[in-house]
Amino acid sequence: MPTSPSSPRRLGLGFKLALFILTSTTLIFAAAFAYNYQCSRKLILKNVEESARNLAHDSVQRMETVFAGVGRIPTFLAFTLDESFPDIAELKEFLRDFLHAVPEVFGSTVAFEPYAFDRRARFFAPYSFKDKDGLGFTMLGGDDYDYFLMDWYLIPKELNRPMWSEPYFDEGGGNVLMTTLSVPFHLGEKKTFAGVVTADISLDWLKTLVARISVYNSGYAFLLSKNGVFVAHPEKRYLMRESVFSLAESLASPELREIGRAMVRGKEGFARLPEAFTGKPAWVYYAPVPSTGWSMGIIVPEAELFADLHSLSREIVTIGLAGFAILFAVIAAISIRITRPLRALAQKTTEIAKGNLDVDLPAVRGTDEVCELSRSFQDMRNALKDYIANLTETTKAKERMESELKIAKNIQMSFLPKRFPPFPDIGHFDLHAALVPAREVGGDLYDFFLLDDTHLFLSVGDVSGKGVPAALFMAVTKTLVKGNAEPDTDPADILTRVNAELCVENEQMLFVTMFCAILDFTTGELVFSNAGHNPPVLLRAGGETDFLAVPRGVFLGIMDDSAYRTGRITLAPGDALLVYTDGVTEAMNEAEELYSSARLLELLRAANRADATALTNTVMESVLAYEGDAPQADDITVLAVVYKG
Amino acid sequence: MPCVRTRLCALLLALIGALVAPCPDILGQDLKKAVLIPQWEPQAQFAGYYVALAKGFYRARGVDMTILRGGPKSPPSRLLADGRATFGTFFLPTAIKLRADGLPLVNICQIVRRSSLLLIARKDSGIREPKDLSGRRVSMWGPEFRLQPETFFRKHGLAIIPKPQGFTVDLFLRGGVNVVSGMLYNEYHTLLNAGLDPDELTVFAMDDYGLSFPEDGIYCLEHTLQTDPGLCRAVAEASLEGWKWAFEHPEQALDVVMSHVNAANLPTNRMHQKWMLARMQDIIAPPGVTAAPGSLSRIEYEAVAEAMREAGLITSIPPYEAFYADLAK
Repeated sequence: MPTSPSSPRRLGLGFKLALFILTSTTLIFAAAFAYNYQCSRKLILKNVEESARNLAHDSVQRMETVFAGVGRIPTFLAFTLDESFPDIAELKEFLRDFLHAVPEVFGSTVAFEPYAFDRRARFFAPYSFKDKDGLGFTMLGGDDYDYFLMDWYLIPKELNRPMWSEPYFDEGGGNVLMTTLSVPFHLGEKKTFAGVVTADISLDWLKTLVARISVYNSGYAFLLSKNGVFVAHPEKRYLMRESVFSLAESLASPELREIGRAMVRGKEGFARLPEAFTGKPAWVYYAPVPSTGWSMGIIVPEAELFADLHSLSREIVTIGLAGFAILFAVIAAISIRITRPLRALAQKTTEIAKGNLDVDLPAVRGTDEVCELSRSFQDMRNALKDYIANLTETTKAKERMESELKIAKNIQMSFLPKRFPPFPDIGHFDLHAALVPAREVGGDLYDFFLLDDTHLFLSVGDVSGKGVPAALFMAVTKTLVKGNAEPDTDPADILTRVNAELCVENEQMLFVTMFCAILDFTTGELVFSNAGHNPPVLLRAGGETDFLAVPRGVFLGIMDDSAYRTGRITLAPGDALLVYTDGVTEAMNEAEELYSSARLLELLRAANRADATALTNTVMESVLAYEGDAPQADDITVLAVVYKG
Repeated sequence: MPCVRTRLCALLLALIGALVAPCPDILGQDLKKAVLIPQWEPQAQFAGYYVALAKGFYRARGVDMTILRGGPKSPPSRLLADGRATFGTFFLPTAIKLRADGLPLVNICQIVRRSSLLLIARKDSGIREPKDLSGRRVSMWGPEFRLQPETFFRKHGLAIIPKPQGFTVDLFLRGGVNVVSGMLYNEYHTLLNAGLDPDELTVFAMDDYGLSFPEDGIYCLEHTLQTDPGLCRAVAEASLEGWKWAFEHPEQALDVVMSHVNAANLPTNRMHQKWMLARMQDIIAPPGVTAAPGSLSRIEYEAVAEAMREAGLITSIPPYEAFYADLAK
């Protein structure tokens, strides 16, 4: 798969390293930042709540002081009236003195129940008031002004306790915001309600007081009446017109309504205002004004509240970003440092893999893992180089040896007569032989030749061991056998003589089993001797098939004084003799079971015995088929001779 | 072709109309002067009249209308009696009582067809159904406004403790009474605007208990009707047109109302007036009512008058024909 140098695989390690480290760092930083931000925010809110509470309490306290001061005199007058009613002049004087004494009070009356002061007068309410000319005086009440229905009279009467009215603009339309304190007084033993003493108090001082409260740059305070109407607020058009609930309704803000409900119920608290109220996020601290039942709110704009936190946060984020950049640079540098030698190494090893072992590996400096890896590669490269050099040499030697063995085999095989039929002029017998070596050079041998015009010599042998020594031993044996086989010699004599020769200087202690026979093909007489070889199979023309009874004798080459005897039979025309080596009977199949003599006998009983070639082929094919894919353990040699008469 | 011709004619007529329209203005001396006194301070309860004035509906009918600022110090009955006002608005029971007491009032246009009078209590005072009102302190306005509640109490066999009611609902808000009288278009919303939620309130609407008395109507003295029925018709028609326009253009109508509110420096706000205008629509043009706008049927009239007679507010019922002038005829 071709890869370009800029493929992501090349970036791999460094890219992953940077991705993982930077992602985790960012997450950790973001989490720490968020936690810090939230905590700081809470802390700031707590502190602001605290200071807003102090500010509200302080302002409320100041209001209460004024309200209490103003209320003291009407309360005292009501208390006096509980005892007895003074005459009208005394009342007027009292009211005048009261107005002189208290600058905030604009008017004051003592309003009586119908006919309570004067049995003839339904309305009786002397009223002193301040106007631009000084003090004025009038009697309240009449068809135009039924004061019994006025809140300042009706409510304290029904509740029978002092009452601060909802604020209102003064009657003169002078735009002076007022509130009226009404204190009920009573008559007689039963303490029945007899009227109220009132004080109309200007709230100009209150406006100033509230307006002076400032929080941060744009924070401010406002005051709500008991009904939730704005009594003081920087926005003039709200005053006495809008209530916190009408604002909530027009802004469609149930949150604001909830804050308003808490305020008019005299609760104290700190809440987040809906943005619509001030046009930006803000918080409000609200506290009741106990004497009047009003409620004060202090608004803190969130932006200013958290201005410091936000600038700090911006700085932290900037530092974080700078750190991020530095970290990125460091990671990039480290990953380049790590991956550059790795990349070089990868390049070199690719070349090594292609077979170029002479490539120069990068120079090794330092002791880190990359250097170790580089060193290991160098060692591996050197070991590979040595191994390959070694292998080349070994292969050469092996090739040489194999070629020599091949030559040896050719030589060995050339020892064996391979021309069939060997004696086409002689019709007395048919002879055929085959040899399949186990390895390149085997230890089996067979031979046949005519001793004279009437005698055929044949032999089959098997040298112990295999390979070149066995082949050489076999060549020697064959030569000795041929040299000792003369007309009129006994096969036993031949074996005795060959044995004696083989025993001389046989240091390797190789030995050979051998069956040899001489056939007088004119008479059918067969003389034979055996040196430890498998008994051949005699196949009579009549179908009788059995092992040939051979005289006992030990293998050639071990004991120089071994004695061999000769056996003899006469072959009838059509009889056949099959001589073989133990490569046939000891051949093994894949299950490591032997071919066995019994199987051979059985095979031959059914075989066509008229033709020597067919006989050898039958046996050879049967054995090879039996072996199947199992490796051939030994040379296999089969020689068949059919006597024709 | 006829279609095109019709359109052309319409266009021509419109152009002529546009040229002719300023004529009443130019002919200022032809305008008849009239003064209307509403029965209370400027608010959306009178939006139709303020709109008719602002949009020139009176002027278009040849009336140079002045609307006085109402309020407790300017009862229409007195202003009509002493001639400071030509027309005034009254609740129907109030007008009947005044007529029975001798002021020759004539209804020239019945604006409000239904009653929006409520009795309102806090649920947490344990009042959930009429029988819970027994023994409770109930604040009520003057005699005409007690007619429906008292009938209601009688019907349910309730003995309550009546208390006077002033101009605000503060007595109720401070806990001085358990039940407050109120108009759906005004006091009810005032309570909501003081922080009470609708689900915290139990409301007995007189309308729901078969005590639906028509409310606001336009009145003048018999003498005015006799001398200038055309003026009366013009005022009635222009007022109805004003109401129609106000309901079709509520925001612009509110602007007009708020200009009067601000001129009077009244402690109210636009949201409250908005609510009021919407509720006025419910009672002026209630869905399913087929009576002609401005009409007052004999049945409606006699039901109220009879109830008043039974309650002893009046001794004899003024004749319907004398009380109501059907100017449409």
